[in-house]
Amino acid sequence: MSDSIKTSDFDQAFRDEVFEEPGADKIALCFNCTGCSSGCPMTEQESEFNIRKFLRMANLGMKEQLLNSPYIWYCTTCYKCQERCPQGVQNVDALLKIRTIAVENGIMLVPHKKVGQLVVKFGHAVPINDDTKEKRKKLGLDEVPPTVHRFEEGLDEVKKLIKIAGFDEMVAEEEGGK
Amino acid sequence: MTKLSFFLGCIAPNRYPGIEASTQKTLNKLGVELDDLEGASCCPAPGVFRSFDKTTWLAMASRNITLSEELGDDILTICNGCFGSLTDANHMLKEDPELKDDVNTILSQIGREFKGTQDVRHIVEYLYQDIGADRIKEAVTNPLDLKVAVHYGCHLVKPSKERHLGSVENPTFFDELVEATGATSVDYEDKMACCGAGGGARTAVVDTTLKLVDKKLDNMEAAEVDCVVDACPFCHLQLDVGQTEIKKKFEKEHGMPVLHYSQLLGLAFGFTPEELGIDMNFTNTSKLIEKVRGGAK
Ligand code: SF4
Ligand code: SF4
Repeated sequence: MSDSIKTSDFDQAFRDEVFEEPGADKIALCFNCTGCSSGCPMTEQESEFNIRKFLRMANLGMKEQLLNSPYIWYCTTCYKCQERCPQGVQNVDALLKIRTIAVENGIMLVPHKKVGQLVVKFGHAVPINDDTKEKRKKLGLDEVPPTVHRFEEGLDEVKKLIKIAGFDEMVAEEEGGK
Repeated sequence: MTKLSFFLGCIAPNRYPGIEASTQKTLNKLGVELDDLEGASCCPAPGVFRSFDKTTWLAMASRNITLSEELGDDILTICNGCFGSLTDANHMLKEDPELKDDVNTILSQIGREFKGTQDVRHIVEYLYQDIGADRIKEAVTNPLDLKVAVHYGCHLVKPSKERHLGSVENPTFFDELVEATGATSVDYEDKMACCGAGGGARTAVVDTTLKLVDKKLDNMEAAEVDCVVDACPFCHLQLDVGQTEIKKKFEKEHGMPVLHYSQLLGLAFGFTPEELGIDMNFTNTSKLIEKVRGGAK
């Protein structure tokens, strides 16, 4: 992302959309103190990830660069930055909003899609496996927990909700297996 | 007897059932009865689902809450992620009648309605505020001679605008609960640092997140603790399975035993490590188990 910035890249509507998130509009008050990015545990390990830079890009309306950056998915949502910002910028909420817009634009990482597919199928992001069933038995617990794993009516309800929201299509495998 | 409905989430029942068993055993001992939340699903995981699609997130979260409304119990979570997801959904729906109507339109299609009658609790916050460290201390039959690195995890205390549990940079409530078992909470560098798992980051870029947890484990080791105690099965997984991944990928061995608070409390109440599933971690815990056995009266 070291390319020079072109004003033709600025998309006012994108900025407005990000600013719909409460506290995201405070980005306009950012005075670049670097409090957010300097304490970020992810930036410490991966300098291409920089919450301060991303939010300033959002403020400029740099939609394409942001949505297509693989790094917007690196944030662990630890909220350290948001708690520290002296200007009350809701940094994490703003970044999550940018992710939402990315998803609306059909951009989602394959591993995230896969987790989504597990929820569509099992109602759990981490479904049970044989190893855990054994452990449950040893502990004197029922082999299958009393969740949607055991109650099929419950799973049917969850599947119905997911269908209504269209989430199943959102995380569906694309043709060609992307 | 106080009753709570027990929200299991995904990782505890499906990867670390010892945490589920320990929670039941210890809370029963404290006079809290746990009802099964039959047919509950993924909370759903906030980092991924909330940013993917708010409707799906809210519909699934509110359905889980309606299960506890039917029982008339508050929800007990044992995971920072479930706590965050369900608390936030519960607040949003309680405070925004329009949003509540929208969600109820969806829920009506499965014959459910969100009423907004129950609260969402986290085991550590619940034990601290409703039971209290003193009562726990009195209930301890097997005081633990252990040095512990406490790992709060992020979403137990943050975002503070929705948690109200005091300081986010220097909280003490979890340490007090750990010390109520007889153990010593040892301070270590960057104690409030994130384990790296949340926000869908572990799913997306596991190797980078391992660098975060590797550093965290280094800092704990430097403080010469016997184990780390956490409040969240996802942190637990990142800390425990993470060590096996670090060994494979960075050829570095940590050997740090990882316990959920319910398991530490279980030891202090005299349950065996096996009853609490402490021997079921992916990283070997035998040294800790030996030490606990040696110290048992
Ligand atoms: S902490 Fe707030 S004011 Fe400081 S650089 Fe970050 S967003 Fe700007
Ligand atoms: S919430 Fe994200 S951006 Fe903020 S400090 Fe944590 S990892 Fe960094």
